[in-house]
Amino acid sequence: MDETPTMTEQNSATQGLAAGLFENSGAKRLNLEDETITLEVDHLNLFYGEEQALKDISLKIPKHRVTAFIGPSGCGKSTLLRCFNRMNDLVDSCRIEGSIRLDGKDIYERKVDVAELRRRVGMVFQKPNPFPKSIYENVAYGLRLQGVRERKVLDEVVERSLKAAALWDEVKDRLNQNAFGLSGGQQQRLVIARAIAIEPEVILLDEPASALDPISTAKIEELIYELKDRYTILIVTHNMQQAARVSDYTAYMYLGELIEFGDTMSLFTNPAQKATEDYITGRYG
Amino acid sequence: MDENKLGGHYLQKYNEELETLRNRVLSMGGLVETQVANAVTALATADLALADDVIQNDVRVNSLEVAIDEHCSEILARHQPAASDLRFIISIIKTITDLERIGDQAEKVARMAVHLAEKDRPRNQYADVRALGEKVTRLVHDALDAFARMDVETAVNTVREDVSVDRDYETVMRQHITFMMEDPRTISRALDVIWAIRALERIGDHARNMCEYVIYLVRGKDVRHITLDELERAVQEGREMAGGKKRAPGQGEG
Repeated sequence: MDETPTMTEQNSATQGLAAGLFENSGAKRLNLEDETITLEVDHLNLFYGEEQALKDISLKIPKHRVTAFIGPSGCGKSTLLRCFNRMNDLVDSCRIEGSIRLDGKDIYERKVDVAELRRRVGMVFQKPNPFPKSIYENVAYGLRLQGVRERKVLDEVVERSLKAAALWDEVKDRLNQNAFGLSGGQQQRLVIARAIAIEPEVILLDEPASALDPISTAKIEELIYELKDRYTILIVTHNMQQAARVSDYTAYMYLGELIEFGDTMSLFTNPAQKATEDYITGRYG
Repeated sequence: MDENKLGGHYLQKYNEELETLRNRVLSMGGLVETQVANAVTALATADLALADDVIQNDVRVNSLEVAIDEHCSEILARHQPAASDLRFIISIIKTITDLERIGDQAEKVARMAVHLAEKDRPRNQYADVRALGEKVTRLVHDALDAFARMDVETAVNTVREDVSVDRDYETVMRQHITFMMEDPRTISRALDVIWAIRALERIGDHARNMCEYVIYLVRGKDVRHITLDELERAVQEGREMAGGKKRAPGQGEG
């Protein structure tokens, strides 16, 4: 009996072994404190007229990670997402307090060039919205807008973006056909290709797969895994399993408030807040 | 997870399925507890019929394990449980494995009871084995009780009791080693007794495992392979955390 290791020794040995085994897998818990922060929301309030849609939101979005926003309809998650590239500017009655910093710079300062901001922060919507143009022109659109004319450059970017969006093999022989001829899932990937053609830093995805069948959804999710090495991705989704599958961090919002924000693994196995628990387990609070 | 809180889902059928699952685990637990108690009685009273019952009934324990496993798979596939519901299913999958092994150990005790029934009985009429067996039976009972009520305190107390069972086991073991040295004619009987108490000691360990799953279920903390002190500390920390906010929104912690 004397030669057997003590429980503590066994335990630290077990933990050491486990850490070694899982070093390169997804089992390691992420910690926001170890991350580089790309976007920082600081005491953000948003009003549509008299109605307050976002209430004192503060959070940090880590670089080259996928951050998911979940919550019931009307909780403000899409509204918050649209704040990151100032899409809410287009709503007349919208008023914003607080700040959002992209790489340390407040994006709501008066001198900020909104077009440039939207180049750096691309967005993809629930319903695929390709332009009524050819597949090629859809992807080249952003660059043409920037004044790029050289065919060789455009060709390169179109090919690279379509490959990055996992669409190249399906469309390479019909680049000049109208984008509306593509399936819904393909259109959505085309729109993602269009967004990444102009080399953004952040990609906002607003329910990108909710109108798609499971196979197209899987392709979009697979794409998200691949893109996160190069881009910071924010995704709003109603599908909690999707949030659990694709994201590194998850924010749960309710009635315009941020209830809980943490690494996805912890949030889905052991949430800190009862309200989060009730939502993700499908209970009424 | 709140005590007894399985319900409250928007989907009523989900509530019912979780409740049914819990009841099935508890009935499996009840059967296993009876198996242990009967095996101990059979040994202590040389009741061959009762020992035979225990041996025959082990098949029932095994089939319950298979059925509950399948039920868990079905709930995982249909409902994709998250958070406390997920921990509930995971702890059940693990709990029934331990229950099944307790069943096997009870069967082992019953087989030893059959062997011992043919031999001379010691002067103490196996009072030491009986005492250990009763203590272990209570452990199984308390572990199931902790699970049924999702009660961390009972779980911790039961783990503590298991440490004392391990000590008792060593005492009885030493006694029988002494008997064997004093009188080699007792060797055959003492070996059977040692097999039986070894099985009882293992049952205690399985009951302890079940308690660890209860702590995981309620607190979301994995407390396996740590000392009793460490376990008590972990539970205490969990309690303090449950009082305040673990992760405040926007505050760095991940």
